[in-house]
Amino acid sequence: MADLVKHADEIKVVSRRFGKGATNIDKYIELDGYKAARKALTMTPDAIINEVKTSNLRGRGGAGFPTGMKWAFVPKESAKPKYILVNGDESEPGTCKDRLILEHDPHSVIEGVIIAGLAVGAQKGYIYIRGEYRYLLTIMQKAIDDAYAKGFLGDNIFGSGKKFDAYWHTGAGAYEVGEESALMESLEGKRGVPRIRPPFPAVVGLWGGPTVINNVETLASVPHIILDGGQKFADYGPPKNGGTRLFCLSGHVNKPGVYELPLGYPMKKLIYEVGGGIPNGKKLKAVVPGGSSTYLLTAPEAEAINLDFDSFAKTGGFLGSGGVVVCDEDTCMVKFALRIMKFYQHESCGWCIPCREGTDWLKKTLIRFHAGAGVKKDIDNINYLAQNMLGRTFCPLGDAAAIPTMSIVQKWRQEFEDHLDGKPCPYENKGSIPEPAFA
Amino acid sequence: MADTPQLVTITVDGKQIKAPAGTLLIDACKNAGIEIPSFCYYPGLSLQAACRMCVVRIEKMPKLQTACTVPITEGMVVTNDSDEVRQARKATVQILLGNHPLDCPVCDAGGECELQDMTFTYGAAESQYMETKQHKDEQQWSPVVYFDRPRCILCYRCVRVCGEVMDVWALGIQNRGVSSVIAPNKGDHLECEECGACIDICPVGALTSGTYRYKTRPWEMNHTATVCTHCGDGCKTTLGVRRSDTGTEIVRGDNRDKSGINGDFLCIKGRYAFDFQQHPDRLKMPLVRKNGKLAYATWDEAFDLIGRRFKEVRDSQGGAAIGVIGSTRTTNEENYLLQKFARKALGTNNIDHHRTADYPAFAAAVAGKPELTASLHHVEKSPAILLLGGDPTEQHPLLAERIRTNIRLHGGKLFIVNDEEIKLRRQSKSYAHIPQGAYAKFFEFLSGTDSAADQLTTAGTKKDQLLAMRELLRKEDDLLIILSADIRGKDIATIVKLGQSHKKVRFMMLGDYANSRGAADMGLYPDLLPGYTPVANAGAFSEYGANLPKSAGLDTAAMVEAGRSGKLGALYIVGANPFARYNVQPGQTAKTFVVVQDMFLTETASMADVVLPSNNAYEKAGSFTNTYGDLQLLKKAADFAGSKSDFELIVRIADRIGFELADLVPFGKGVRADMGQSRGAQSGEADRHEIWLIANKYEPKMSPLDPSAIFDEIQRLVPGYDVSRLNLFSGNSVHSHATGKGTGAQQNPELIWPANDTLFTSGTLGRYSNTLNSVMEKYTGETSEVMAD
Repeated sequence: MADLVKHADEIKVVSRRFGKGATNIDKYIELDGYKAARKALTMTPDAIINEVKTSNLRGRGGAGFPTGMKWAFVPKESAKPKYILVNGDESEPGTCKDRLILEHDPHSVIEGVIIAGLAVGAQKGYIYIRGEYRYLLTIMQKAIDDAYAKGFLGDNIFGSGKKFDAYWHTGAGAYEVGEESALMESLEGKRGVPRIRPPFPAVVGLWGGPTVINNVETLASVPHIILDGGQKFADYGPPKNGGTRLFCLSGHVNKPGVYELPLGYPMKKLIYEVGGGIPNGKKLKAVVPGGSSTYLLTAPEAEAINLDFDSFAKTGGFLGSGGVVVCDEDTCMVKFALRIMKFYQHESCGWCIPCREGTDWLKKTLIRFHAGAGVKKDIDNINYLAQNMLGRTFCPLGDAAAIPTMSIVQKWRQEFEDHLDGKPCPYENKGSIPEPAFA
Repeated sequence: MADTPQLVTITVDGKQIKAPAGTLLIDACKNAGIEIPSFCYYPGLSLQAACRMCVVRIEKMPKLQTACTVPITEGMVVTNDSDEVRQARKATVQILLGNHPLDCPVCDAGGECELQDMTFTYGAAESQYMETKQHKDEQQWSPVVYFDRPRCILCYRCVRVCGEVMDVWALGIQNRGVSSVIAPNKGDHLECEECGACIDICPVGALTSGTYRYKTRPWEMNHTATVCTHCGDGCKTTLGVRRSDTGTEIVRGDNRDKSGINGDFLCIKGRYAFDFQQHPDRLKMPLVRKNGKLAYATWDEAFDLIGRRFKEVRDSQGGAAIGVIGSTRTTNEENYLLQKFARKALGTNNIDHHRTADYPAFAAAVAGKPELTASLHHVEKSPAILLLGGDPTEQHPLLAERIRTNIRLHGGKLFIVNDEEIKLRRQSKSYAHIPQGAYAKFFEFLSGTDSAADQLTTAGTKKDQLLAMRELLRKEDDLLIILSADIRGKDIATIVKLGQSHKKVRFMMLGDYANSRGAADMGLYPDLLPGYTPVANAGAFSEYGANLPKSAGLDTAAMVEAGRSGKLGALYIVGANPFARYNVQPGQTAKTFVVVQDMFLTETASMADVVLPSNNAYEKAGSFTNTYGDLQLLKKAADFAGSKSDFELIVRIADRIGFELADLVPFGKGVRADMGQSRGAQSGEADRHEIWLIANKYEPKMSPLDPSAIFDEIQRLVPGYDVSRLNLFSGNSVHSHATGKGTGAQQNPELIWPANDTLFTSGTLGRYSNTLNSVMEKYTGETSEVMAD
């Protein structure tokens, strides 16, 4: 198990049971577990959805779509079975929060799935866990087995006469299946490539049935909302940005880790107080605010922004998945762009031309460029390639690769210039960006 | 049925266009003459939105949208031509070209490549990258399919056409990202129908044809759209022809001209099995038996001999001592001419052909009701289809494709009754496995005779399943019934009669070979004149004159027997191989003067006294009637030095026996001024002037060797062939309906002998097609091909 960290500013909601042995179902029940599901059984579906709407809960996967609204899109009547799908394909670089939830509190996810099922009228839930998280599968299997044994899952859940089945499933290890429609393809046993939308999953999803697909953290938040009321959850954060969020702090900070903080928490405090500042007294250069597919922030931008959806929207960026990566002054931004692009080039599913070919050319160009064989035209071409992927690809993976690249070229262009004319990388013996395991 | 969809108006680049609501934007634009580029979009296949070439700006939408996925709605405002859109498309082509090998100068697709066209349109000519390109060596997947990954743009058309259209699912995608690759179903090779649809549909040169690759450049060929010479479906195939040492050589068959009844479809035979045309064993000179051995002879020598001997036999023993056997692969004009020659010039009704289905019984059953006959065009949109016997996937691949397309795109229902578990049952709504030959029994059961069920259940399908099928079938008030060649004689009459209990019903009859139906329609029967007119009651054919014999002649089996016993003085065989079928041994026909017209020294030809090298359907003009009665024009694509068309051979023989040619071919009716004066002919375009002339019956016809002269007579005399000439001569198919006068042919069960071809056999042509013989699937599947034409 990963080491847990803590800080006084944290508001423990989703992470409430971390480190308390809640993988044991009895311990989970002791810590108010499955109370929310019992309560939800006494509520109407509309009441459950309204409670979630009141909480202002927005999707924790990165896009921040209001959860209550998503549930409300599911048609009441459907000829085909409805499904609840948990997106546990947490693959965004810098993001490692769902892993902790699944590791420390798997029952909260199961409970969230049950409640979502009651809200939309689904009787089956699938918890899709990232291919690389093999070790979580035994934990989840045990949790599901225990829930069946207690009668919380099955043909008569909590003695209510209602039926709900939950299963876990895993993929072969592909970032792309974190995209909801690709995840459904993968779950159906096909190649993990995205689907054309519309129709959206809420109407035509898994095996053609209406499907709610939510992030692990989103669904793990739901029991708390039902139990404590949506308003209480909403009050943790600024307006329209309900609740707390697990921030995954990594990179050049003294105390990296997953911290649960209210939305709207200042980035500056996250880095310098919660994270204990930058090692060796170095200065801040850049921050990846929410997983590698977000616009990078310069030090002044990072120190001025608050961590909520709307604050980011105002700057033209987005909050993302909660993966905050801090880069100190000795980080080579060209190498950083390359490191990111290696990831996306490796993970592009290859379905559409701009992403498949674009990521490959960006990677190749950046490798050469960083090695000192770049020409001035390359800088513009890197930006041009990224620009022509943005908004042109089949799914958001292309955007995810384009956005950090464009922001690095635009904000740190000088660093690119410094690599020209065969000069060695100015940061060669200073910073460290570990190579990806697959490269 | 659904109501007519509501029309909506959208604006594209300021131009207002109307189309039914829900039409995809890309289609709505195409129909209005506005081209939106795409690689992956292909009409009739599932949507991919993968190539991103069809991006357009739609008002009120945040980013560029793919026109292939957006259904139009009222008031939609679209920009297809703007700097933004053009730039986006250019950028996509640019990065696509990054990994493309740019080997256009040697690529098969060079000159007919969509990537080239797109590059030309959007001008993505600058090179942006210095790194090495992704490379993978080319792979041979089968004798006919090669794959060159570096050229592939991953539009997935091949994967979809193989799966969705062909129901073969032999292609898939492996790996991901830039390593993604199209992969064959057996690791390093394909096992499939080898139809080559994947090659035809490939927008670039990634999938190439084993028979064509690196042979020539597209612009060095002449392209002639003609009718395939193999099965009875009558697909249009476009032959690419190039000059060669022996005349002109067919180097490619494809589906360039998608206007045929087959649309996008071709099977392995239509696409690759033209290679018999250049087979080294082809006869290049007449052969005459001298001292017991066939030896080369001049045309004059051969014609003189034939003319003299035919005349001798006719004049000394009478026409009844001469037999004539026609072909299922010669044109209607040739077949008509052959029977006219036999009856009028030789004075015999001893004429027959290799019968592959009981067309006379079918014509008799639908006599006077041409509306009961179905064209192949009816298959795609019939709401319900009942297939009785046969295995269309193997024997009528186009029919099978049309049925699958109907079910996939138009929601038709397929009912199958068969004595074998054919592949099409995968598409069927209901399937009944019945004992052999019980099709009429099934119809009795359908029409309410429950006791008939007891004789149907012995093959596995249970009575309650039959009852359920009957329940479903009875609800169908618009039904297409397809009868396989196994159904004959009275059974056909029974089925056609009982089938008419449906409010609307059409029938079609399956028979093998490209012009089996034409041979039947043109009267290659000892007892039937063209149009299934009985010889005893010649009607319009009385104009053949008083010598027309009134009694039925010998059928093939009887002629062969008479040849063996020496009762026949002469036997004239045109494009057929009956000696193989009836196991005639060398020497057995020594007393009969045997003349054979063929491309190859078949078993029959090798026993002949004179062999005349003849042309195949790809080397002649004329018409074919497919098994459904759809009449199509053959266009001469190639030449082969040393051979002549069967039409010319028949005429020249008639000349040598001293027959007045004008009484055989009504030539000389044209206007001399019309000959060869059209502008189109000079510029090499489609000769519209000639089409107009011919359609208005002004065609030159200055020579007795011109088949179009006899086509006039066919139209005038053969019932059901009075079809639109303009339509036909413009290259369309026209439904003929030779429905006869209610008389079937003499029934000797042994005479109807379906060829039972598989996808990889085609009688003599198949034996001389190296391509058909090279694919492994020919040897892995079951084959029940009969030794035939």
